[in-house]
Amino acid sequence: MSYFRAENLSLHFGGLKAVDAVSFAVEKGEILSIIGPNGAGKSSIFNLISRIYRPTSGRIFFEDHDITEEPPYDIARLGIARTFQNIELFENATVLSNLLVGRHRHSTTQLWQELLFLPSVRANEKVHRRRVEQVIELLDLEPYRDKLISGLPYGVRKVIELARALCSEPKLILLDEPSSGLNVEETDDMSFWIRDMKSELGVTVLMVEHDMSLVNRVSDRVIALNYGRVLAMGSPTDVQQHPDVVAAYLGA
Amino acid sequence: MRFLFKTDYEDDIKLFPHSGYVVSYGLLLAVLLIAPYVLSSYLMSQLVFVCIYATVGVALMILTGFTGQASLGHAAFLAIGAYTAAYLQKYNVPFPVYFLAAGVLTGCIGALVGFPALRLQGIYLVIATISFAFIVEEILARWESVTNGNEGMRVKALSLLGVTVSRDSPTFYFLCLAVLVLTIVGTLNLLRSPTGRAFVAIRDSETAARSMGVNVALYKVKSFAISAAITGFAGVLFAHKLSFISPEMFTLQLSIEFIIVILIGGTFSLHGAVLGAIFIVMLDPFLTYLKDDMPGIIAGIAAMFGAGTATVANVQSKVAAFASLNGLKGAIYGIIIMLFVLFEPLGIYGRWLKIKLFFQLFPLYKRATFKRQKIYVKSERNR
Repeated sequence: MSYFRAENLSLHFGGLKAVDAVSFAVEKGEILSIIGPNGAGKSSIFNLISRIYRPTSGRIFFEDHDITEEPPYDIARLGIARTFQNIELFENATVLSNLLVGRHRHSTTQLWQELLFLPSVRANEKVHRRRVEQVIELLDLEPYRDKLISGLPYGVRKVIELARALCSEPKLILLDEPSSGLNVEETDDMSFWIRDMKSELGVTVLMVEHDMSLVNRVSDRVIALNYGRVLAMGSPTDVQQHPDVVAAYLGA
Repeated sequence: MRFLFKTDYEDDIKLFPHSGYVVSYGLLLAVLLIAPYVLSSYLMSQLVFVCIYATVGVALMILTGFTGQASLGHAAFLAIGAYTAAYLQKYNVPFPVYFLAAGVLTGCIGALVGFPALRLQGIYLVIATISFAFIVEEILARWESVTNGNEGMRVKALSLLGVTVSRDSPTFYFLCLAVLVLTIVGTLNLLRSPTGRAFVAIRDSETAARSMGVNVALYKVKSFAISAAITGFAGVLFAHKLSFISPEMFTLQLSIEFIIVILIGGTFSLHGAVLGAIFIVMLDPFLTYLKDDMPGIIAGIAAMFGAGTATVANVQSKVAAFASLNGLKGAIYGIIIMLFVLFEPLGIYGRWLKIKLFFQLFPLYKRATFKRQKIYVKSERNR
């Protein structure tokens, strides 16, 4: 059995088939990239996995557990974290509190304990804080800890989103266009971090990406989509040379 | 300028980041503790109202400022707290019991209001909470067996541990102050724990909060319940302070005053709730003062410019007539809100931070430091 599996996943908006009977599997510890032209249904697949949309049909399995009907907030609790294509950070909060929200799935304290800030809450906070610090160190975010998001440049926000997802200690991380809006140097950093996530943290990565050089550098396997259907699946070079994929990008 | 050198994770958690805070808040507390022995009884009475309004302000700040759910129904929560106290007092229930009962009951009703609010956003939520407030107002007026209808209810002086505490005594003031301080400390504790962060996350991006594992619906209801419960506690004190309550005291006007408290104080800070409460409570005597003295002052100015006695008398009566127009107070409130929203969206506390920064950076302060930038990155929202 695969680690993560989508079976015949479909999402229809009326007559529009945004995702049309897509099946794929992700093995534990691999980096799988989804590529495809605009509107191919890549982000829709992510939104289906994180339950922002409800699939029209099909099922999603994670660790042999059917998660198709789980409420959205439980997806994170199961260990699936994500980033967004258009950054969704908590604008009027500091970087630190943004990252601490990433720890939410590990919080065990009750409301009344928090009102009194009992020693158990304090101890938990310190654990959260230490974990967050490890992620800050990994992603070189030290200069920004106490800064408000609303004052930070786009490239940094992108990294903070990744950091927030990592703070939840996910087993599977969904990266929606991690390099969009980043310059060459920042994209390089991003590719190192994605590989670090896999090798050091043992996180399985599923990502949507347009930058083919990044895809080639990091992915173990690639899926190409067009019009909500899978065109090709396999190693990065195979998929890029697949005639259907070439046709989809360049026109037949 | 002070640079904080953090050596321990504790430094990010503690309430007072450095010793300066301890000194200044300690001094403030000392001043507040000796206030009843120095200030006039009128000012003391106003100070009690500041405490009560600030408590409601903190409650509303949790809901509106931190969770991002607007409410124009907080007068109703205050009313429920007040009436619970008045009703239970009739049956000789001791103060601590009905104080807690009022908070718990109001909190439960707040949670119930929170449920329909889950599906509503922005202006629709405001309308829903206004209608809730109208329903409560109507119930208070009609349910005569419990609330005594429009006749209102008398509230006896509270008795604590067998001692009667009159509403003008320093003890009552200390009680209100203690409730306010405990509310603020509790809220600060909440804000540095997972629940408070979940509230802020919901305010800034529900989608992201959800994908980080926050049960948005549950936390919205929690926020409503906490906010309502605190308002209920304040309601008990409010009832005791007024010693008489009737439905027309808990109208939309009062809810709007609470919104003004947080808007003018500064929407994202607890300081704002307190500053806003001081503003709104002190505005009333100030307006009364203007109403009484303005006609005379303007007439005096007119006389200074050599106007005849007849003209002066005419001016004085015109100004007096204007000052006693119906609804003038509401209009002044409205104008104040508009001016704040336009020119100082961060409220009094925001202005204070700017002044503080000006002195910290002294010759280097730039006007553009707080210029608001628009950054368009949220083109697509999965609402």
